[in-house]
Amino acid sequence: MSTHTVAKPSDASEKFAFSAANQSEVQKHLGKYPAGRQASAVMPLLTLAQAQIGGWLTVAAMNEVASILDMPPARVYEVASFYTMYRHAPVGKHVVEICTTTPCMLRGSDKIVAACERHLGIKLGENTSNGLFTLHEVECLGACVNAPMMQIGSDTYEDLTAETAIAVLDLLAAGKAPSPGPQSGRHSSEPMK
Amino acid sequence: MPKLTIDGIAVEVPNGATVMQACELAGKEIPRFCYHERLSIAGNCRMCLVEQEKSPKPIASCAMPATEGMVIHTDTPMVKKARHGVMEFLLINHPLDCPICDQGGECDLQDQAMAYGYDRSRYLENKRAVADKNLGPIIKTYMNRCIHCTRCVRFADEVAGVPELGAFGRGEHMEVGTYVEAALTSELSGNLVDLCPVGALTAKPYAFIARPWELKKTASIDVMDAVGSHIRIDARGEEVMRVLPRRQDDINEEWISDKTRHAVDGLMRRRLDRPWLRDAQGVMQRSDWETVLAFLATKLKTTAPKRIAALTGDLVDGEQIFALKTLMSQLGVTNLDGRGDEYGLGGDAGLAAAAGWRFNSGFAGIDQADALLLIGTNPRIEAAVVNARIRRRYLKGKFPIGLIGERPPATHDLTYHYEHLGIDAVVLDALLAASDGFAAKLAAAQKPMIIIGSQVFAHGGAIRRRKLMQLVEKFNLVREGWNGYNILHRAAARVGALELGFVPATGGLHGREIIKAAQAGDLDMVWLAGVEEFDRGQLGKALVIYQGHHGDRGAEAADVILPGAAYTEKDAIYVNSEGRPQAALRAVFPPGDAREDWKIIRALAGKMGMDLGFDDRDRLREMMAAYNPIFAAMGCLPPANWGDYVAAVKSEAARAVAEAQNPAPAFHHAMADFYQTCAISRASPTLQNCSRLFVRGEKIDDKMEAEAVYG
Repeated sequence: MSTHTVAKPSDASEKFAFSAANQSEVQKHLGKYPAGRQASAVMPLLTLAQAQIGGWLTVAAMNEVASILDMPPARVYEVASFYTMYRHAPVGKHVVEICTTTPCMLRGSDKIVAACERHLGIKLGENTSNGLFTLHEVECLGACVNAPMMQIGSDTYEDLTAETAIAVLDLLAAGKAPSPGPQSGRHSSEPMK
Repeated sequence: MPKLTIDGIAVEVPNGATVMQACELAGKEIPRFCYHERLSIAGNCRMCLVEQEKSPKPIASCAMPATEGMVIHTDTPMVKKARHGVMEFLLINHPLDCPICDQGGECDLQDQAMAYGYDRSRYLENKRAVADKNLGPIIKTYMNRCIHCTRCVRFADEVAGVPELGAFGRGEHMEVGTYVEAALTSELSGNLVDLCPVGALTAKPYAFIARPWELKKTASIDVMDAVGSHIRIDARGEEVMRVLPRRQDDINEEWISDKTRHAVDGLMRRRLDRPWLRDAQGVMQRSDWETVLAFLATKLKTTAPKRIAALTGDLVDGEQIFALKTLMSQLGVTNLDGRGDEYGLGGDAGLAAAAGWRFNSGFAGIDQADALLLIGTNPRIEAAVVNARIRRRYLKGKFPIGLIGERPPATHDLTYHYEHLGIDAVVLDALLAASDGFAAKLAAAQKPMIIIGSQVFAHGGAIRRRKLMQLVEKFNLVREGWNGYNILHRAAARVGALELGFVPATGGLHGREIIKAAQAGDLDMVWLAGVEEFDRGQLGKALVIYQGHHGDRGAEAADVILPGAAYTEKDAIYVNSEGRPQAALRAVFPPGDAREDWKIIRALAGKMGMDLGFDDRDRLREMMAAYNPIFAAMGCLPPANWGDYVAAVKSEAARAVAEAQNPAPAFHHAMADFYQTCAISRASPTLQNCSRLFVRGEKIDDKMEAEAVYG
């Protein structure tokens, strides 16, 4: 069965409004486009809404974006369902996105995925029951020189092994901030010792 | 005008034409799925690939503009291979369920797979499965079959003006649907079924009912509104199975409304299939033609003509109107009215000149107009396919639209932006005085147009005609080569009755007076020809004769029932809003003892020993053409003399002054429920369901939908 969700009519009856801070962001984005072309701002507005909700988009939020931009709601749903970085179901506090595109795959990303799945007790696309983690597979994030890698929030963790990946997750679970970047002792992408 | 060579044939095409159009001009068939000439170009199915010389790859002919000197090949090995490849891709995920698919036998995918496809499959993988969507009581979905051509999405967006459909997700996960589960709220949604090139969208009421090759097809005319859409009636045996649109670019293009399409399941329900007569105890008894005609002949002979009246309803055909008129005028009856609930259209000017009741620009005139004022009408529900034409003109741009009248509710709001100028006739005065705002836009237009709902004249007809005439003069609506004064009727019979003069004869009572007189006991006989508006209480003690085909309100009020034929059961002429007479053809026979309506009247005249001047339909039509020459030019848009109407409006000046004393009511909605407007649509389970869901907002569950499907 194909996977993307279809919303129930009740989902659309929820309420969503941009926060005061985000309101001014919305205006900033709208100002970038000439009158009548405000629909161009649909992606930044969806991103704002997703951040405000906590990592995913509700139907109400998409409807609000549609009404701000004077677009038919269906056109906004199309955009939001096309791009995988817009999510349509609740996510955990940390969204762990493991790259499995060719370079990372060649460098062992499958092992990273398996280790994370085993450690967190969930499969790709699922949330942990404590609401801390969501596991996702993503396409190339452009850090191939330090493959394999994963992205959590706005930080990337590179040169991973199963052990270092789990160590990062453990630090996050303990409420600490793991240091982003290569986990192998490399500074950036200089040759390995 | 670029010149191209298609398979060695030189063709010249208009600027802006595509390579596909050029190929068609050269007589080459190009297979396609996503391309549709009335929708925007998507170019996503790739079925129309052709070879262009000096181009390394095949080109999508539907999206490629034709340019000077192109050399195109449509029959090379490369093209053949490209079509094979595309077809093979399309069939990767398409289920092999043609034997149980309602589209089977009329499926573009089936046909093109036969003609252009590869004769075997190389795929062993599982096909993808997609959840079906519930799009309401009209459309049944089998989303596994969808090939993502997006014709439905573009139709909903561009033609229907309800952008509720979309393609969600991407790649292999793309699905067409509404995202938030909801029925499609369009009066034109049935057209999606015709547009869908595969069996993904099929008609719910027609599910598993018939196969296209077992249906007898009859080209005919629709009577569900006053548009006169061209339809094809598909019948099996004595049952009409479905109605499809026929192409007529000046009227319905290739769309029809959901009411036109799905009213036909009302044709097998609540039918009057034998004559009925009320006995001495006041109980309706089954009867036969001999008895009722003898009874009526005696009654008509012994009743004073002054005490007889006849009204015609919304669905009656020209022959019936003219036969009844001939009978009544020979009897000396003057109390005739065929104008339905627009009785106020009466008075002198409303009856005097055809330009006063026709859609003078023609529906095709909307394409040329450059400003539009709607007065007391909601074309979206009163003439859904005309509304699609207005929307198309609106999408082209530079087309200001104003509305005087009640603002339509959100459920059937107009499908374009409009300026709401007000709700009553006072706005007309303001518009006449103003030189800014919408008045300025109207004044600046080269081809300004007003569309007036026919019920506008139901109150204060003379004063309103006068006001509108001033509007015509101020904005120069009628000029050389252009007449922008249009009346939009709602009932298929209305203009026919006016063209055939089924209106009060000299000294006769008009519709409202007839009802008043019947109630007061001043009438002994009232002949209701398909009239459903009145109940027994409104008709007093008069003998009520109902001639019609459905057991609806009219039959309930009747003392004598003469079972007639519905529009699918007779060769008949209907005149649409434009004044265009069109011939409908019989697809099936009337049920039981029911007869074609003019024959009933002819038989009654025979019983009375009267000679109406005709014995067959041909002679009757000759007489109609002799009375009004438009009936000699079937299917043509007749010219109307504007000067006659101007003179007629002038002649009723005194009446206008008198009417001006009364406060004019606002222009209210004439149609509350698009789906339930006549005896046939009220008898249709599909349209009853639509009415419950879309108009009354009730929930209809699957069981009810199943009832609609299987009866």
